[in-house]
Amino acid sequence: MSVWIFSSLLFLTSAVAGLLGSLTGLGGGVVLVPVMVLLFKVDLRYAIGASLVSVIATSSGAAAAYVRDGLSNIRIGMLLEVATTLGALLGAYLTAKVSNRAIGITFGVVLLYSAYASMRKRRYEAVDEPPDPLAVKLKLEGSFNCTGVVESYSARHVPLGFGIMFGAGTLSGLLGIGSGAVKVLAMDRAMRLPFKVSTTTSNFMIGVTAAASAGIYLARGYIEPAIAMPVMLGVLLGSAVGSGMLVKAKVPTLKAVFSVVIVALGVEMIYSGLTGRL
Amino acid sequence: MDTGLKVEDSDRKMEIAIGQMLRYGVVGSGLVVAAGGALYLGKSYGVATRYATFHATAPSLRTIAGVLHGVGRLDPESLIQLGILLLIATPVARVVFCLVGFLVQRDHVYVAISLLVLAILVYSFVRGTS
Repeated sequence: MSVWIFSSLLFLTSAVAGLLGSLTGLGGGVVLVPVMVLLFKVDLRYAIGASLVSVIATSSGAAAAYVRDGLSNIRIGMLLEVATTLGALLGAYLTAKVSNRAIGITFGVVLLYSAYASMRKRRYEAVDEPPDPLAVKLKLEGSFNCTGVVESYSARHVPLGFGIMFGAGTLSGLLGIGSGAVKVLAMDRAMRLPFKVSTTTSNFMIGVTAAASAGIYLARGYIEPAIAMPVMLGVLLGSAVGSGMLVKAKVPTLKAVFSVVIVALGVEMIYSGLTGRL
Repeated sequence: MDTGLKVEDSDRKMEIAIGQMLRYGVVGSGLVVAAGGALYLGKSYGVATRYATFHATAPSLRTIAGVLHGVGRLDPESLIQLGILLLIATPVARVVFCLVGFLVQRDHVYVAISLLVLAILVYSFVRGTS
């Protein structure tokens, strides 16, 4: 394939991935890596490097939205970033030790989990149990204005959430993705944070986590400018358009379509990993 | 509680400043990458891609000094890589902004936590690129 055709197709694909990723909240990285590997026949390491760049772009690019909402909790984010950045270091270290096949299979499993987690109903109910003393000490609490009613929250099970976040960081460093689904698992389900708070907080955490492994990827030569360029620009365009459309879009339908795509890609990644085609 | 509200107001100000900084960072790095990309496409007309097997990128694209040197020669790939380095710097700058905010609030616990996150980021970058 010529550079021009390759760059244009990758740009368009990334724009679609960024658009769907921002509309469904799953991020573009999860589809981009398998699409680059399976369709564009790009080596997994280049794909992971480019995806990591796109993940930082979408995370930082989403800034406008959470400034408007004022929902993200900077203390919770900063504390959990200790866990995710340490995990990201471990993950980036592991990519050089683990075979492409094993990374591919892990990627497939994470895709299947992400699809499952995104389809699952997320319900937040205020919990009766007393707040975690650690959360009180670390001021992991806040309040937000939910359609006129001010709701307060306080984090529960901080050590458990911290532990899951370390795992999310490791996956992010290993696979070059935001691992939003695992972050949600830690913040919504373990720490019992309202889902608007966890979504917006995890959104900006993703960039910091990815930055922790980006230096290592760059130094290893995984970040190929010719691939990262169309991917970054495409995802930026797509997610900017997507966040503008969010109000009008039929999110449940999109989410269902996107989940089917993710499941198909996940199965294909696992199959390719098992048969040694990666 | 009066003090609690003040901290939240100050957190909110921090958020707005951070949001603005991130937006400039993303737009700026995107423009640099686009400029590098235009130069790159200009010189690559009719060239075939070769990414099916992994070859690490050229050593000059793997260090900050190498990238800056390449930018001085107006090398397209180095220019793209500079944009990517700027992009990587935006979340790091966010941590610095929060650190300053916590310093102003005299929140020593969070000053320490932010410093720890910053140290991990700097460690990975220095360790990686030197």
